[in-house]
Amino acid sequence: MYQYDNYDHQMLADRVQQFQNQTERFLAGKLSESEFLPLRLQNGLYVQRLAPMLRVAVPYGMLSSMQLRKLAFISTHFDKGYGHFTTRQNIQFNWPDLAEVPDILKHLAEVEMHAIQTSGNCIRNTTTDQFAGVAVDELEDTRPYCEIIRQWSTFHPEFAYLPRKFKIAVCGTKIDQAATQVHDIGIYLTQNSESLVGFRILAGGGLGRTPVIGKEIFPFVEKKHLLSALESILRVYNREGRRDNKYKARIKILVKEIGVEEFKNKVMTEWESIKDSALLLTDDEITRCKSFFSDPDYESLADNPDSLSNRLQNDIIFSSWHTQNVKPHKIPGYAIATVCFKETGVAPGDVTDRQLNYLAQLADEYSFGEVRVSHQQNIVFADVRQDKLYDFWLGLQSESMSSRNLGLLTDMICCPGGDFCALANAKSIPIAESIQREFSDYDDLLEIGEINLNISGCMNACGHHHVGNIGILGVDKKGEEFYQVSLGGSSKNQASLGKIIGPSFAQEEIPEVVQKIIMVYKDQRQDNEKFIDTYKRVGMEPFKEQVYAKVD
Amino acid sequence: MPKLIKDGAAARDYWTVLKEATGPEVLKAVPGKNFLVSLSFWKNYQEELNDYNGNIAIWLDSDDRASELEDSFHNFPLIALNFPIFSDGRSYSNARELRTTRNYQGEIRAIGDVLRDQLYYMQQCGFNAFAIRYDQDIDDCLAAFGDFTTGYQATVAEPTPLFRRR
Repeated sequence: MYQYDNYDHQMLADRVQQFQNQTERFLAGKLSESEFLPLRLQNGLYVQRLAPMLRVAVPYGMLSSMQLRKLAFISTHFDKGYGHFTTRQNIQFNWPDLAEVPDILKHLAEVEMHAIQTSGNCIRNTTTDQFAGVAVDELEDTRPYCEIIRQWSTFHPEFAYLPRKFKIAVCGTKIDQAATQVHDIGIYLTQNSESLVGFRILAGGGLGRTPVIGKEIFPFVEKKHLLSALESILRVYNREGRRDNKYKARIKILVKEIGVEEFKNKVMTEWESIKDSALLLTDDEITRCKSFFSDPDYESLADNPDSLSNRLQNDIIFSSWHTQNVKPHKIPGYAIATVCFKETGVAPGDVTDRQLNYLAQLADEYSFGEVRVSHQQNIVFADVRQDKLYDFWLGLQSESMSSRNLGLLTDMICCPGGDFCALANAKSIPIAESIQREFSDYDDLLEIGEINLNISGCMNACGHHHVGNIGILGVDKKGEEFYQVSLGGSSKNQASLGKIIGPSFAQEEIPEVVQKIIMVYKDQRQDNEKFIDTYKRVGMEPFKEQVYAKVD
Repeated sequence: MPKLIKDGAAARDYWTVLKEATGPEVLKAVPGKNFLVSLSFWKNYQEELNDYNGNIAIWLDSDDRASELEDSFHNFPLIALNFPIFSDGRSYSNARELRTTRNYQGEIRAIGDVLRDQLYYMQQCGFNAFAIRYDQDIDDCLAAFGDFTTGYQATVAEPTPLFRRR
């Protein structure tokens, strides 16, 4: 993974120093609440319902074992012994003390980590496919480009006070796992007619209260023009994005209001004037960034070794974990294993200090000392030898991290909701748990098959409910918590936004509503059709009928 | 009293900002001064401005565009860019445009809600003068330009991005 040089270290040290000074001035009453607000947000610090919340950046989801141990240390010493993986590949701590945050940042800096631009109206952490570099269907590893974007977007002096937050995702695979089209900028690695690899760039996608799929702005730009293309989009947005209403301030509203063609024209005018400036990426820089993500020392091995197939035949639990949580790797003899952090009764994405340390140990033993956080709030071991998978799985079992539900109904995306978040209208964690309890039978889950259910506690949509095959949104009606259910969303290549099924439900009705939706699906599906495909074929009506049917 | 930092040092401010609502009668009432006028003032009272015996420069609000000045902006010894509130980031892009696209060589001054913690970024985007808010500590503000040793980007202050300097 990327290694800091003196420049990176210096900037990070400068930042820690700067924030320490700002915090001291705030605590001494020399900096007002409203003036401190964007400064602390751009250092990842929210003030939440119960305590401040610190969101630590995990650039494009990559973590080393050393960093995992540091996160464990921080959760032990500055928090209540756990952290929470977010839907944007970051990790957040719910219980730090404001005055101690500069110290936490110093600890993070020791392992090349920080909380820079993890919130606030600025360019956030760039995300990508959690299988980048090892996926079988990848055109090129996206991580070098994510790193180039990370550097360009970090402390960008012109774009620190945008109208609203700004999120970029990069995808290099045929099957989009990065929800690329619902980002402010979505970037696809692509090949032009001369087989040259470059980027297709979309803008104006986003979730929140007005979900929109991104529109194509650059059908193809050469690699060397990546930064000038991004900078022109950001400049047009910074100047023309709405600042009069925070709910209309995202780039998606600008693109909608002035129209894609007009937006594109403005971007192109800007781009023409800067595309051959110093922003032009050099081959040296691309090569330098690629060098940090070269393949580890893979052994030459064969696929499906006997040691694995024997275990698969003899251990039915291991076998079902393997079917669900293990994916093919580009190198023979290796596999990608995902640890699903969706144990029933535990908030989705929550991880204890003990588990963090253990993940570090497993990473060192089985996966070249690295893991990745996925936007589904799970942890990926990208390079596990197939002949070691069984031992690896035994290791997971010993720490109750061997959930076999990856990609199944109970592998939900869920925001922290009203239990923690000051923005939330309703709780989301208890909803997730009630659904997990309703669907506790593993064979039943397997029979339902691939489906995603996403839960957000408010319109801000951190739980990505719009792009869940089943989406659940917490709403507040006269001080009471209700839940709106939508169907048909997807963040994959054929991205779509869910439609609301009808009037909202009380919390205790939700498990039954989901059960009814699943019954209609099972009833209507043809062959091995996935939920989303059945929905697309039969439409909303049969689901609606069943869910709202009067009981005589 | 507003305080001014220019080219990295405290400086005396010879200019008076005329608020948006001011009419041309002020020019007759106060002769021989240095006035910063708004874009609409400049557009509406060209004649009065030409007759004025003091100095005139312009201030642009965050939603004004320098392109509306056409080529006249080179005549101004300074252009002030307003921050109606410090969290309005448009003037960063406007300063950059004046320096980079339009090659403006005169003084670019930040006015309005100009605070210590934004000075470093402002300077990177091409501001060289800062009329800091009345309650800001000038020494503290002077120190702000040293907040960072270097940055990754190509900026007005450092046109070569870090990847070309590494």
